[in-house]
Amino acid sequence: MRSRYPWLVTLIATVLFGCALSTDQVMQADQSAVQLRSYQERAFDTSDKEQTLRSVIATLQDLHFVLDKADLDLGIVSATKLSGYQLRVTVTVRPRGSTQMLVRINAQRGEVAVEDPKPYQDFFTALEKAMFLTAHEVD
Amino acid sequence: MTVPMAALGRLKRLALTSMCCLLLAGCATVADNSMQPSADSLQLRQLQTRKIEGIDETTLLAACVGVLQDLGFNIDESEARLGVIVASKKRSAVEPGHVASDALADAMLDAAFEALFDALFGDDGDDDDWDEDEVEDVVYDVTQEIRASVVTRPALDSSGQPRADAQVIRITIQRLVWNSEGEVSHSESIQDPETYQKFFDRLSKSIFLELQAN
Repeated sequence: MRSRYPWLVTLIATVLFGCALSTDQVMQADQSAVQLRSYQERAFDTSDKEQTLRSVIATLQDLHFVLDKADLDLGIVSATKLSGYQLRVTVTVRPRGSTQMLVRINAQRGEVAVEDPKPYQDFFTALEKAMFLTAHEVD
Repeated sequence: MTVPMAALGRLKRLALTSMCCLLLAGCATVADNSMQPSADSLQLRQLQTRKIEGIDETTLLAACVGVLQDLGFNIDESEARLGVIVASKKRSAVEPGHVASDALADAMLDAAFEALFDALFGDDGDDDDWDEDEVEDVVYDVTQEIRASVVTRPALDSSGQPRADAQVIRITIQRLVWNSEGEVSHSESIQDPETYQKFFDRLSKSIFLELQAN
């Protein structure tokens, strides 16, 4: 069945899609913060922030990243991997209570946020080996 | 006429099913292995890593900065307490001879096609065989940014304690190349053993100078 009002369809389509501004991307998150954190964040049983950051850096180098930035006070490491694509990650390390460090990583590939859990799981698997510690899921 | 409605219905279902299959198959993405160690990770680690005796971490970092400056890098970021130095340089990516020969090869190929075309279908009187515009159409690499991160950490003694007088250093290097149309034409990590060997050769000399200065 063909629409009797093609102009109306066009108008509605324009209203629905045409008004999305690219600046809306600034505060855009495609998934709920809770869900994102569930695979971007793990806790490790150590209170040594410096050693955790050094392990993160070593792991990133192992995965062919070049560092962009590192800050011990804020517990931040950013790095980029070039392999036909551009993958940029930021890892934060902060204390959780007095016995654990919380490690969170977020990534973007080209112009898209990485929301597939797999690369994050792979990162934590590699980090576990570098730290000789188990990554605990955070609830 | 008994093209029954049932048969028509089956056809519709078939069409719908195949469309759904196509849609689903189209959405299935390749597994993202970007954070997985690759087969050559271990080999690359060996190329990029050295253990250096008789030096403390800060002195080693200072020596690294010296080498990076020798190589024309600028320091973008450093955090000595984590043993991190990040450096980069922008350079030309034009390979001498490449542009000219590529353009020439292209122009010759065009001329050959033109001649073949003329022979088959008669001369169209359009003898632009060596048109300059065609030469300008060739896309070639123009500029590149080379980035390096140097990371040091204290070597461990036999009981697993960090040593003050021996360090492990690892450097990773990557580059981005832009072509004459302003697009990224290469983005890669450098895996050439010679590049890393050269860096460490220079580093030994720099360490020698650094230790003498202290």
